[in-house]
Amino acid sequence: MPVAAVTDDDVQRTILGVWRIEQPRLITSLSRMLRDVPLAEDLTQEALIAALEHWPVAGVPDKPGAWLMATAKRRALDHLRRNRMLSQKHGMLAHDLAQEQQTMPDFDSALDDDIGDELLRLIFTACHPRLSREARAALALRMICGLTTEEIARAFLVAEATIAQRIVRAKRTLSDSGLAYETPRGEELSERLASVLEVVYLIFNEGYTAARGDEWLRPQLCNEALRMGRVLTSIASQEPEAHGLLALMELNGSRIAARTDADGEPILLMDQNRALWDLLQIRRGQLALARACELGGGGGFYALQAAIVACHAGAETADATDWPRIAALYGDLAALVHSPVIELNRAVAIGMAEGPQAALAIVDGLADEPALKSYHLLPSVRGDLLQKLSRFDEARAAFEDAAALAGNTRERDLLLRRAAVAARAVSRDVSTHK
Amino acid sequence: MRFMSIVTSPQPAAQPTPALLEAMHKLADREIKAGRMVDTGGLMPLATGAQVRVADGNLSVVDGPFVEAKEVIGGYAIFELRSKEEAVALAVEFMQLHKDHMPGWVGTCEVRAFAGFAGQFPE
Repeated sequence: MPVAAVTDDDVQRTILGVWRIEQPRLITSLSRMLRDVPLAEDLTQEALIAALEHWPVAGVPDKPGAWLMATAKRRALDHLRRNRMLSQKHGMLAHDLAQEQQTMPDFDSALDDDIGDELLRLIFTACHPRLSREARAALALRMICGLTTEEIARAFLVAEATIAQRIVRAKRTLSDSGLAYETPRGEELSERLASVLEVVYLIFNEGYTAARGDEWLRPQLCNEALRMGRVLTSIASQEPEAHGLLALMELNGSRIAARTDADGEPILLMDQNRALWDLLQIRRGQLALARACELGGGGGFYALQAAIVACHAGAETADATDWPRIAALYGDLAALVHSPVIELNRAVAIGMAEGPQAALAIVDGLADEPALKSYHLLPSVRGDLLQKLSRFDEARAAFEDAAALAGNTRERDLLLRRAAVAARAVSRDVSTHK
Repeated sequence: MRFMSIVTSPQPAAQPTPALLEAMHKLADREIKAGRMVDTGGLMPLATGAQVRVADGNLSVVDGPFVEAKEVIGGYAIFELRSKEEAVALAVEFMQLHKDHMPGWVGTCEVRAFAGFAGQFPE
């Protein structure tokens, strides 16, 4: 094996690298044999442990994928033999498996396995709506992405034991409810797909929006979600919302390098250096969005959001942004899901497209929304519009309200600075009108 | 992390056997479906290309064939992966296919990480 492995750590990382490449095929093959996804996941882990024991001594085999598969299948066979007395069904499976073992596929023919259907089943099982969102996210990262419990714990800023327990419970729930191996069809499929997309988007946003946590694991969450998005678009290729979500994630992900300055301070979209946006990712996002539209899903929840982000991605400079189109897309989105936050975003876009007066009318209409009662961006947007309308004293008051609601110091300071600017404009106004 | 794998072999580049082509196609298909391979391409022979050079303060455009070139790039693939180890594992798998399906073939698969991504990831 031509891989330089000097220390134990190197060997371990090498093994983990190989295992992660093979993990999707291992778990899908085993779950097909065992008709039990949680059990297949256990045995896939056992194959990793076996590799960690054997390879540092014996060297990494020439065809590590075939070795892992053979080991995992042997474990599966042992398991079925142990349980043979339990049920006739298991006995039959053990027989099938023994037959299959005699003609163990070599590595190349293993490439022939089309794991698409099985992978889809795996994703649907891990993201079953019976499980909590947190459990679905942990299970997806573990079973589909091959992340270790420790990595998931670090990414979500939760104790490792908590994640371990969450995973064990989730797997037990699946086994106990007889949901360990099933794929929804027809109408149920669309419903269940929503649950899958929700989890993938949750994982992406956990990495994308939170400005806390392990510096390097958070972008990794974005990448895991992107990878799952790409998997979904290739195996559920006729589902427009899968393409819409992938487009949204690729387009948002394209700005990661431009979103913070050298000190980690956030940079607002309109102020970002667009040369740092990732063109390869933008192109992939645009392609995914076009696919969603071709499939008739241009008006979907994710596709509409992706279309909004695409307007920014396609603008060479901030000034070139197509605000009327963004405002119209927010209008479509607001018609699809009633959300005062979306309405507030629409107001911002209207402000850019038509001017502050039109936007202020929308914002004032949101004043009594209970959901926005302690949302600092409502008075913050209002302050911005009033400032543009030269209603400085009202702007100052709005910025002060916003500062009082702001969650973090950085934002509060910014809002207080804007309040001060507005206050100075008031006194200037007063002196000129004397 | 984003990686580029670049395959080079000595001139003149031999045409891959049908068996190798098929195996590579399957591997690429698996990697695309796994969401790991984000771009790939094979390159036309060096003779059909051109080189634009700057040397001794002079700029020149030279068309192929480049008989003096020792090695030629045959193709590339771009991957989104978690670690260099994953990139190496994939390169090993890719080269093993050449070893199996095109005996006598000599070549190199160079694995390189993209700049500008390192700070966001481990190591």
